[in-house]
Amino acid sequence: MLTVQGLACARGGVPVLREVGFQVAKGQALILRGPNGVGKTTLLRTLAGLQPALEGSVDYPEDDGAYASHADGVKAALSVSENLAFWADVYGVVWVSPTLQGVLESFDLVDLQDRLAGTLSAGQKRRLGLARLGLINRKVLFLDEPTVSLDRFSVKLFADWLQNTHLAHGGMAVIATHIDLGIDAPELDLTPFKAAPDAQGGSDEAFL
Amino acid sequence: MIALLRRDLRLAVRAGGGFGLGLAFFLIVIVLVPFGVGPETEILTRIAPGILWVASLLAALLSLDRIFALDYEDGSLALLATSPLPLEGAALMKALAHWISTGLPLTIAAPALGFLLSLAPEAYGFLLMSLLIGTPALSMIGTFGAALTVGLRRGGLLLSLLVLPLYVPTLIFGAEAVRRGANGLDATGALVLLGAVTAGAFALLPFATAATLRINLR
Repeated sequence: MLTVQGLACARGGVPVLREVGFQVAKGQALILRGPNGVGKTTLLRTLAGLQPALEGSVDYPEDDGAYASHADGVKAALSVSENLAFWADVYGVVWVSPTLQGVLESFDLVDLQDRLAGTLSAGQKRRLGLARLGLINRKVLFLDEPTVSLDRFSVKLFADWLQNTHLAHGGMAVIATHIDLGIDAPELDLTPFKAAPDAQGGSDEAFL
Repeated sequence: MIALLRRDLRLAVRAGGGFGLGLAFFLIVIVLVPFGVGPETEILTRIAPGILWVASLLAALLSLDRIFALDYEDGSLALLATSPLPLEGAALMKALAHWISTGLPLTIAAPALGFLLSLAPEAYGFLLMSLLIGTPALSMIGTFGAALTVGLRRGGLLLSLLVLPLYVPTLIFGAEAVRRGANGLDATGALVLLGAVTAGAFALLPFATAATLRINLR
């Protein structure tokens, strides 16, 4: 269960969101909507723990969250399977080659597994970045625009994985996206939570 | 944590620049010195310890800005920060990887280059020992500097300005140990102090580096 209460977060010292509250139950996803700049990325970074919340609380099982940003964190000089193996090791996942093969299959990377990641196309790189999530076995995913540069087939592939593998096994996900993923999930429009720019009054952020 | 070390070393080998660059720079600086100061052996012998230490300092500096900048650009740093790996451990592994790809080759190559500067025969052991003890501190301090400048574009120059003053104690004690060795004096004091700087750097700076990274990633 992911519970967010009265959350306020800031970007570059300016408060962008306030009083955000929602719950995501096991096996459920939440889609974040809102125009550019409303604070979707900021909210996801706050949820993932990359930046502190101004106020409010975020509650999910400790050591169970994973974050996927705009950037994929893919190393160009490593091959596809080396990239994945690295993240599995960092997350302490004991993996055997069938697991890796399964993940490669779900993200259509089998034919690419020995290619250097630097030679992949933007969409293939994105698929590799998302495949990391399949291997590290985390229950709560914070996904920032996961479908950027994916073609329609790959979007479907990713949505299928999310619905049938991740959510079906009791996972949760908070997803910021502008397109229709075709998964059965409630949507949350962030526009009503927009903070007034000077809501904080004098900020001492500059001195921190 | 070992996974990060393995990955960084693999990247250093594959992407080039890691292992070769610092070493080649070291070699060229040492070869250039006799051209600059002239071939008189007594002068070279006298300045050799200092030159060798200054050159290894600069060579270590050369690859510092890549420690975190590349990971920051491709997003791995944010992913590492949200992973179960403690950032303090990541900082330590980054410093270790930098030392293995720069400090260790420099240490191994230094005696051969000491020959080019006609270093006193008694000093070779002390040169090897002082570099072995001192260069890890260069990597650790440099990792901290790299964390300070990670979000900046073209932070390389600023990084040098921040880090070089912090290298002063290591340089003083390192060069002093070699000089004393060359003159047949007791170098234990200098080596012990050199080791103290390294131990202090490794005890404190991983925490400072992790805190700096957290602030820079906000």
